[in-house]
Amino acid sequence: MLKNVMLGLVMACCASLAALAEEPKSGGVINVVIQPEPPGLMLAMIQNGPTQMVSGNIFEGLLRYSPTLEPLPGLAESWTVSADAKVYTFKLKPGVTWHDGKPFTSADVLFSLDMLKQTHARARNNMVQIDKVEAPDDLTVVFTLKQPFGPFLGIFEVGSMPMIPKHLYEGTDYKTNPYNNAPVGTGPFMFKEWQKGSFIHLVKNPNYHVKGKPYIDDIYWQVIPDAAARSVAYETGKVDVLPGGSVENFDVPRISKLKNTCVTGAGWEFFSPLSWLWLNNRSGPTADKRIRQAILYAIDRDFARDVIWNGLGKVATGPSASSIKFYTDDVAKYPFDPAKARALLKEAGYKGEKIRLLPLAYGETWQRWAEAVKQNLQDVGMNIETIATDVAGGNQKIADWDYDIAFTYLYQYGDPALGVGRNYISSQISKGQVFNNVEGYSNPEIDRLFAEGAVATPDAKRQEIYDKAQKILVEDVPVAWLLELQFPTITRCTVKDLITTAIGVNDGFRDAWIDK
Amino acid sequence: MLSFVAQRVAKGAIVLLAIIVMNFFLIRLAPGDPAMVMAGEAGASDPIFVAQLREKFGLDRPLPEQLWRYVKGIVSLDLGFSFRQQAPVAQLILERLPATLLLTGTAFALSLGLGIMFGGLAARRPGTAADSAITIVALLFYATPLFWIALMAILLFSVTLDWLPSFGFETVGGNYTGTAHLRDIAAHLVMPASTLGLFFMASYTRMTRAAMLEVRQLDFVKTARAKGLSDAVIERRHVLRNALLPVVTLAGLQAGTLIGGAVLTETVFAWPGIGRLMYDALIQRDYNLLLGVFMVSSAMVLILNLVTDLAYRMIDPRIEYNP
Repeated sequence: MLKNVMLGLVMACCASLAALAEEPKSGGVINVVIQPEPPGLMLAMIQNGPTQMVSGNIFEGLLRYSPTLEPLPGLAESWTVSADAKVYTFKLKPGVTWHDGKPFTSADVLFSLDMLKQTHARARNNMVQIDKVEAPDDLTVVFTLKQPFGPFLGIFEVGSMPMIPKHLYEGTDYKTNPYNNAPVGTGPFMFKEWQKGSFIHLVKNPNYHVKGKPYIDDIYWQVIPDAAARSVAYETGKVDVLPGGSVENFDVPRISKLKNTCVTGAGWEFFSPLSWLWLNNRSGPTADKRIRQAILYAIDRDFARDVIWNGLGKVATGPSASSIKFYTDDVAKYPFDPAKARALLKEAGYKGEKIRLLPLAYGETWQRWAEAVKQNLQDVGMNIETIATDVAGGNQKIADWDYDIAFTYLYQYGDPALGVGRNYISSQISKGQVFNNVEGYSNPEIDRLFAEGAVATPDAKRQEIYDKAQKILVEDVPVAWLLELQFPTITRCTVKDLITTAIGVNDGFRDAWIDK
Repeated sequence: MLSFVAQRVAKGAIVLLAIIVMNFFLIRLAPGDPAMVMAGEAGASDPIFVAQLREKFGLDRPLPEQLWRYVKGIVSLDLGFSFRQQAPVAQLILERLPATLLLTGTAFALSLGLGIMFGGLAARRPGTAADSAITIVALLFYATPLFWIALMAILLFSVTLDWLPSFGFETVGGNYTGTAHLRDIAAHLVMPASTLGLFFMASYTRMTRAAMLEVRQLDFVKTARAKGLSDAVIERRHVLRNALLPVVTLAGLQAGTLIGGAVLTETVFAWPGIGRLMYDALIQRDYNLLLGVFMVSSAMVLILNLVTDLAYRMIDPRIEYNP
């Protein structure tokens, strides 16, 4: 009956083998930069990066993920899958309590799923394949799916499905619940204080369900809005950790050379941020496939990686990042080839019509990148006009399809069914929305492949389907893929085991310790 | 005088209402709304989610109705709720206002005090080396962008010399109490307040110098001198006092600029005031919060203008209140 019994404890042991090399020491305070200041800490209602970075310490999910995206035990200590791949039974860890001392049970899981359906767009999308959820006892949760769903075990990470205390939220108005600003979770750290505009203070959870953890006593998340000031704060020893994206890229090499400084690109495997240019497939010059291909040939992506991103990241080969499941690089290649780009433009009959380029208003690095791309495109004879906006304005223009070329980067969430298909299938074309199929690409074959890929079994079959989809997309160039981004996390070398899973600092500091 | 103040307050209230209504429409002219920003940050958006957010924010109602609800709230001193920050707007502003008042107040006092002092010194013996030095330095500060001065100050005083903290309101986790706490805040205040004050100090210096040189030529100064009054008394009581009128006018006019400068200063020095709150609210299209901060900063400008008018009368009793 049981096809697959996964006792994740074994994997947890493997994952922490490296940590065993050195004996962790308890105690100490860690100062971390948080940028921008999170609007709130209630992970079920706010899903931006900074919120998850802080709240990943307070809340937990049923599962965690190794750097190779294998599921690890979280609040669920084991799980089984039925032979028809439609029934998943999770055994919850006994003895887990909320920060206020109340026990964590299967009723909390059921409540969380219900709440997330109302407040968390991505969770709602992830849960569409769930037919019913039952809790036969306090420590068992059974998910029954409508049909087999390949990536199902990949939707339980803390940011995608945080567990929320039923006893504090049931029957309340979620948006004004006072616990939104003083959150209560099961995580290794407890909320202590938030001085808006200054810092967020978390303290060790003495009753954490993993014996001996966490090691750190206090975490201060320091709010420093200016990028240069954040670099200075690290240089002057006021903060110990600069999570990915905290400082401008051009500052990274300098800071990396400082004494007692370690840099790692790990901890982004689950998100696998992939950057690309939205190309308007509906109207204007970019509606022509040859012009879209010309754009990809015209852009020097190696230069962008080496100069603008200081050698961090990888040139993207297609719609999937190489770190997520079912990736293939057996697709058409678009090396930097301005001559070919010019030939394609000529073939398409491009006569210098104006093309609007929307940069991403995320700081200097993105501004410079937009300038470099503009230069590349002008070099092959395209007439590019840059449109300056802020983030909100840019999102609005993209959602209204009012652009020709626009920068973006999106997370892929480990599986093409979770984070790739949404940008290419025609059911995701919806004016007024961001981050779906805003380019307006429509191909029934691609729609069919992504629909089949999500529910196919076994994995070999899924690989076959996604290989085909990637080939077609790379040929059609619905968007111009740029780089698989890597956001370096910079720490004092005395901070150990900060990043142990696929979501890095977003998974909380439960394993981190300071070598004093 | 009381009736003067009362009438000015009444006029101020009307101006404030006009500002609120104008701001209400102005910020809605910018592309994007809070629902779009939040959906964007969630990394996923579907029509239901965005529609839900718009309904939650009341953005699905007609504009006049939104305005009516907002103004009705303001009249009953309810500045609304920031759904983005999940807290009442008034509470968010009150949390941050003291830090901004401390920063702008210190910068204002420093710039006015030092500006008048240096202006007076320069005017004392025009054309000398001291005058030239003061004039050139003032011109330099007047012309240099605030953010550049801020960054250079951080490089020098925090990174190189390690004298002053580079960011924040106090040492996080320092747990200081009593005078140690005050000293800690003061150390954090030095750089932002000086940086913000420098530009204004430069303009007051130049204005004081010019006004004093002008007043010194007037007949009543000659009369005072003919009466045999000492130079110090003439300078202080007759020249400086009369020269202050344009300086005070300038200070009143620049109140708005000072608050604008606070946005930048607070961002560079991570000073937790309403300037930064305003910036964040703008970026995130947090309408209620943005309107609230605009209202408070407008009220501050109106109050400072009233104070300027009252100061006129104190400096020059010949001026009559004529609302």
